[in-house]
Amino acid sequence: IAKEVAKLLEMKAQLGGDEGKHKFVLKTPKGTRDYNPKQMAIRERVFNAIITCFKRHGAEVIDTPVFELKETLTGKYGEDSKLIYDLKDQGGELLSLRYDLTVPFARYLAMNKITNIKRYHIAKVYRRDNPAMTRGRYREFYQCDFDIAGQFDPMIPDAECLKVVHEILSDLQLGDFLIKVNDRRILDGMFAVCGVPDSRFRTICSSVDKLDKVLEPWAAAAAGVTLSLCPSGQLLTVVCENCLEHGNEHGVGLVFPFLWREGTQSTVVTWEDWILCRLRRPARSWQMEGGDGGCSSTGGSASQTSPLSIGIERIFSILEQRVEASEEKIRTTETQVLVASAQKKLLEERLKLISELWDAGIKAEVLYKKNPKLLNQLQYCEDTGIPLVAIVGEQELKDGVVKLRVVATREEVNVRRESLVEEIRMRTSQ
Amino acid sequence: QGTRDHPPAHVALRDRLLAAVVACFKRHGAATIDTPVLELRETLTGKYGEAAKLIYELQDQGGELLALRYDLTVPFARYLAMNKITNIKRYHIAKVYRRDNPAMTRGRYREFYQCDFDIAGQFDPMIPDAECLKVVHEILSDLQLGDFLIKVNDRRILNGVFAVCNIPDSKFITMCSTVDKLDKMPWEKVRSEMVGEKGLSPEAADRIGEYVQLHGGLDLIERLLQDPKLSQNKLAKEGLEDMKLLFEYLTLFGIAGKMSFDLSLARGLDYYTGVIFEAVLLQQENDHVEESVSVGSVAGGGRYDGLVGMFDPKGRKVPCVGVSIGIERIFSILEQRVKVSGERVRTTETQVLVATPQKHLLAARLKLISELWDAGIKAEMLYKKDPKLLKQLQYCEDTGIPLAAIVGEQELTDGVVKLRDVATRKEVRI
Repeated sequence: IAKEVAKLLEMKAQLGGDEGKHKFVLKTPKGTRDYNPKQMAIRERVFNAIITCFKRHGAEVIDTPVFELKETLTGKYGEDSKLIYDLKDQGGELLSLRYDLTVPFARYLAMNKITNIKRYHIAKVYRRDNPAMTRGRYREFYQCDFDIAGQFDPMIPDAECLKVVHEILSDLQLGDFLIKVNDRRILDGMFAVCGVPDSRFRTICSSVDKLDKVLEPWAAAAAGVTLSLCPSGQLLTVVCENCLEHGNEHGVGLVFPFLWREGTQSTVVTWEDWILCRLRRPARSWQMEGGDGGCSSTGGSASQTSPLSIGIERIFSILEQRVEASEEKIRTTETQVLVASAQKKLLEERLKLISELWDAGIKAEVLYKKNPKLLNQLQYCEDTGIPLVAIVGEQELKDGVVKLRVVATREEVNVRRESLVEEIRMRTSQ
Repeated sequence: QGTRDHPPAHVALRDRLLAAVVACFKRHGAATIDTPVLELRETLTGKYGEAAKLIYELQDQGGELLALRYDLTVPFARYLAMNKITNIKRYHIAKVYRRDNPAMTRGRYREFYQCDFDIAGQFDPMIPDAECLKVVHEILSDLQLGDFLIKVNDRRILNGVFAVCNIPDSKFITMCSTVDKLDKMPWEKVRSEMVGEKGLSPEAADRIGEYVQLHGGLDLIERLLQDPKLSQNKLAKEGLEDMKLLFEYLTLFGIAGKMSFDLSLARGLDYYTGVIFEAVLLQQENDHVEESVSVGSVAGGGRYDGLVGMFDPKGRKVPCVGVSIGIERIFSILEQRVKVSGERVRTTETQVLVATPQKHLLAARLKLISELWDAGIKAEMLYKKDPKLLKQLQYCEDTGIPLAAIVGEQELTDGVVKLRDVATRKEVRI
């Protein structure tokens, strides 16, 4: 029924034609958003920091199409497959929007028989998530992947990945951070030793993975933790003393696999003994998968990949909030000078002058008014952060000069027309 | 089908191209925005005329009915209406999607980049329009694509011509698409399509022929303003007077030499209301190559004053003018040029390879490269514990890395690094 209704609505909209009033809701699709100039300025900052770092490490860039053959994506995402956007069957190949950048990368490697590559890929991916359930979760969002594929001496590329993350987080000045490191093999070993049956490895893994989100709200003490065995004797319950103290309902019943030391009923253990992890405020952590020597699912050869995914959307939010809070004025353009006129009937002169500036590579703007008031032009500079004004006036034209005004200090100086470009370059390079 | 991966060499070249385009947009004080790749189907309905059948639709998966964006102009109009923006100068570089038949039009992709530059707002006439043309001129000149021509016309003049030739209103749009073929077909063929297929009387076709074969500059505009029939048509007169003003501004900008007022220019899309223009390259760079790249127009645009009003619930109009740069076509030309010249396009920007000639020096390499990265130097090293010096130098040659920083046992003892220029093989101890 919904399909038929939709068809009729569409026909109705088309019949409405160009003159008809459109009664639909004006919006972007659910889970997607526009980026306004301010957000783009922040985004550019983030991309610059990230790309500069990737380039510093000699990574190449590839790009893949936004859609893939449906069969390429089938069977790669397990339960999450239902979140894939499919394109309508319009009589050609069956297509789907990419769900991540890793499967396209694997396809690219296999298609081109590549065994060795260091590449980054920053692009949007698409998931029909339910945004209501997980706050701030978008259906279209950026992923930023950095991968080193190839057979190499162990842990060198892995170490470089960690160095890359460290450089990026430092460059972005997000504050103090921590990189947690573990290894699937160690985790699997722990589970095995604790007697967790193979079949439950994955679900236990995802429970364990939630540990940091559960503990994050509290300023964790590095001090002691009480261990006690639960009756089945296989999984140990960790109770954080401080958590209980603060009356937090999550304090009880945290499940955490530990190596069970035979003969002990409970013991006070510090985190360091087992997990290589310390909680520190503020905890912003980035999970890093150790190179696990797994095979890529296409391509046949057992190539090691060290995948690294940067949570770019999270970084955007943090920086956006910070800019809001600090009331920092972000420029959305890079214009260096506004070409203005003090009297009427000087549009021609303004257009001639700005054309000279553009041809010399100077970033310049002019108001689209035949006879703008000087005050409005100066106000425009203040509003958009343009640092200089080049004012043409009847007297200046006669004298062959241009009045250059520094918006911030209001100082004005007469510059000879021929030297104007040089003067602007000098003043804007500081 | 109709899509391709972009390997590192492509991306490197493409990024070079996009950087030049962005530099120009920024020089003119444009801010940038981004919109989702998905739009509500109803947002795109009724905006593209016949081209609508080329829109990629998403499958109905139980939510909103979605489609992939066909261009960047309609999303822009939606963005303006949604955010009640009346004034903005913006650029937007992103991919768009069209279910074109790639077999029919060589080099036509289904996923491709567009670079749009648009000025929205109520301003004194023709100044923003002139700036759009200046932008096209700058980009095509900066990219050194050879000689080019920008054809300019106006929907109002075309409509006026049709009216004075007694073409019924209902046939305007279909006549437009036939007239547009004059750049590819001689007048005789166009005339026979008008009479044979479009049901026009031979006399009417001849009358049209008197006008649409004309092209020139200010002199032609003046002549037509004196034309007894055309000057009686209100719309045509408006268009001609604006065209005169435009050419005066283009002269001030110093670009009138590459402009041609061409009455056969009609352009496909329905939403243009005033000035329309199209840039074409005049000679093939690679005439001596058998597989010469057949390139149509490389940029196009015009004024579209009614589009935002279609989205605004109260029908409020925001006049807009803009241009779309056909980056894919330009990219093909540059690719060809690089192939012919034999230039090697680097896919990384690495400045120095950190190398060691003897065994057991991995630690020294890791320490040195870390210092270089921390200082912002772009550096790489091989992921091997004990690589051979020859292999490391070969890697530099293969990937275009200009310098090698070599630390051997002797250098470590002496506290120096041997810096080697890969091209000249000269070495110096630092």
